[in-house]
Amino acid sequence: MIEQLLAYNTIVVLLGVSILGAGAGMVGSFAVLRKRALTGDAVAHAALPGVCVAFLILGERNLTFMLLGALASGVLGIVIIAALCRWTRVREDAAIGIVLSVFPGLGFALSRMIQNMTTNGSKAGLESFILGKTAGMTRPDVYLILASALFCLAVVLVLYKEFKVVAFDTGFARSLGWPVYWLDLLLMSLIAVAVVIGLPAVGIIMMAALLILPGAGARFWTDSLGWLLFIAGAFGLLTGLIGTVFSALFSLFPAGPIIVLSGSVIFLISMLLGTRRGAMVRLLEHRCFQRDYGERQLLLATYDVASRTGQARVSAADLLARKSWSPGKVNGLISNAASSGLVERLETDEIRFTPAGLVRAVEVTRGHRLWEELLTEYPELAGSVVNLASESVDKYVEPAIIADLTASLKRQSRWPELPTETAEAAV
Amino acid sequence: MSPILDIHDVTVAYQRKPVLWDVDLIIEQPQLAAIVGPNGAGKSTLIKAVLGLIPMASGSVQVLGEPVARQRKKIGYVPQRESVDWDFPVSVLDVVLMGTYGRLGWFRRPGHAEREWARQCLNKVGLSQFERRQIGQLSGGQQQLVFLARALAQKAEIYFMDEPMAGVDAATEQIIFELLRELRQQGKTIIAVHHDLRTVPLYFDWVALLNMRLVASGPVETTFTPENLRKTYGGRLAILDAAGEAMKAGSEAP
Repeated sequence: MIEQLLAYNTIVVLLGVSILGAGAGMVGSFAVLRKRALTGDAVAHAALPGVCVAFLILGERNLTFMLLGALASGVLGIVIIAALCRWTRVREDAAIGIVLSVFPGLGFALSRMIQNMTTNGSKAGLESFILGKTAGMTRPDVYLILASALFCLAVVLVLYKEFKVVAFDTGFARSLGWPVYWLDLLLMSLIAVAVVIGLPAVGIIMMAALLILPGAGARFWTDSLGWLLFIAGAFGLLTGLIGTVFSALFSLFPAGPIIVLSGSVIFLISMLLGTRRGAMVRLLEHRCFQRDYGERQLLLATYDVASRTGQARVSAADLLARKSWSPGKVNGLISNAASSGLVERLETDEIRFTPAGLVRAVEVTRGHRLWEELLTEYPELAGSVVNLASESVDKYVEPAIIADLTASLKRQSRWPELPTETAEAAV
Repeated sequence: MSPILDIHDVTVAYQRKPVLWDVDLIIEQPQLAAIVGPNGAGKSTLIKAVLGLIPMASGSVQVLGEPVARQRKKIGYVPQRESVDWDFPVSVLDVVLMGTYGRLGWFRRPGHAEREWARQCLNKVGLSQFERRQIGQLSGGQQQLVFLARALAQKAEIYFMDEPMAGVDAATEQIIFELLRELRQQGKTIIAVHHDLRTVPLYFDWVALLNMRLVASGPVETTFTPENLRKTYGGRLAILDAAGEAMKAGSEAP
């Protein structure tokens, strides 16, 4: 098995598919950001009749020529989409749908014709264009892929700034006088090139995944476009590497599905573990917020009840009456606060602040009342900054306003003060 | 001297339905100008047609005596906030930097000088502390301010703004107004689509009333009259009342 992996041919294929993945991932990221993810899919599907026609004209299998045929009919596919949108009332999604089905239809018909008509029809290897096949890749194929991928990379780097603005804010790009139409066309052409060189390895049905998955996965790890492109390239490379190794190990399966499945595993991992917007990070942030917010709510309610009754002891029943919490929730909040050393449970169903807890409760209550006061007195300031996660207003408004609010709260006797002995103990 | 903006006989149509019909508009002097009119009156369309973002069926536009295509570097643009995807992976400073791209020219990357200038512009709108944030993490009003900072970074002579005060809170609206006034004092011209009739006399000194055709244009004191508003909005009373109040408030203001 190891010898199989180290075979000369496997290394050639490994190199080819990895570079292909990196190039497609980078170019594809821009397509995703430009909301043109499906264009790549359309190009891939539209390429099939071109491959067949190229074979019919030449009468023998010649990869370069067939890829040129694929490029021609792929580009024809996008031109037809653009023309349908521009000159008829067909909308873009419908236009893409038409190309996505009519071109492969024509392609399948032609390929059946080739297989029936010519004696060497089965040698055309047309089926590898549908589901992908890496085994037959030769050294010149890899050179072709390398050159095309480097070309795509170079264009993306040189026109990085232009592509960025066009993808983010087309109207602004036009207002600068930039030829947005031609930049879009160039981006689509790069996508077409990336798709076409990937066809023999990945196949028309799954090529779009190689464009979309790396960029979509990379988005979970970064908020910066530069890093996104870099990570997408790396993910594409990795997809190619892993996919090729597995398709060499399981040679019964077509390569396309295995490569695409490798890509989707990377995507899935990113979706779950991505440091920027992955599910785990979001869940953790939400948990943290919930815990912090719940703790503050408990301290507020307890302080409120205690100052109303004048008793240091507060029963869970009072808290329940005060807030719309379930008994289980109150219990959970109390346990959390107790383990943070803010409150202590008494033998009855009652709790009491620890000295540190009282200091904290006064702090939280002050913050909360300042927010309330700010919302009442300065709604135009508070409306845009009010946030359940921020405990205090001092990040958002000037000290003068805070002093004003504090004075107003003191006048209404709503400014919580620490009992002197606790304050001294806290110091 | 040639006028700042000369819109001549502009017609824009979708299919055969006109959105703007034979609009003539001349702004001679630097102004803080509002374009006002009911929904669907073609306010945004006028700005987009002037900038060449959408094709005109007929007509011509000159900025400072030359066709728009030759004056791109003197034009700043603030699109509607809803027109872009705020989830896009760029930081606040990145967006402001885009304002320098028009001067940079093809292929060139923004350098230290551009970054410094973008920081200054961001500082002007009071968002310096957010420069590294992803743009989606800002509030709506802050997003609008980022767009304004980008326009400032363009160092333009004439600014076109599509609803710069739409959906922002009162405090941000005040900041935006101060910025517009400062630009105006530097001799720049601002042409803003504005939706709130009540604040027209407070914020602007020149107004164009638009409803597919240009109903009236000129200084606010003489043009923003109940009669012209009736022509623009038809007989919709609630709006006219609001405008009447606005006129009163405007005449009472110092």
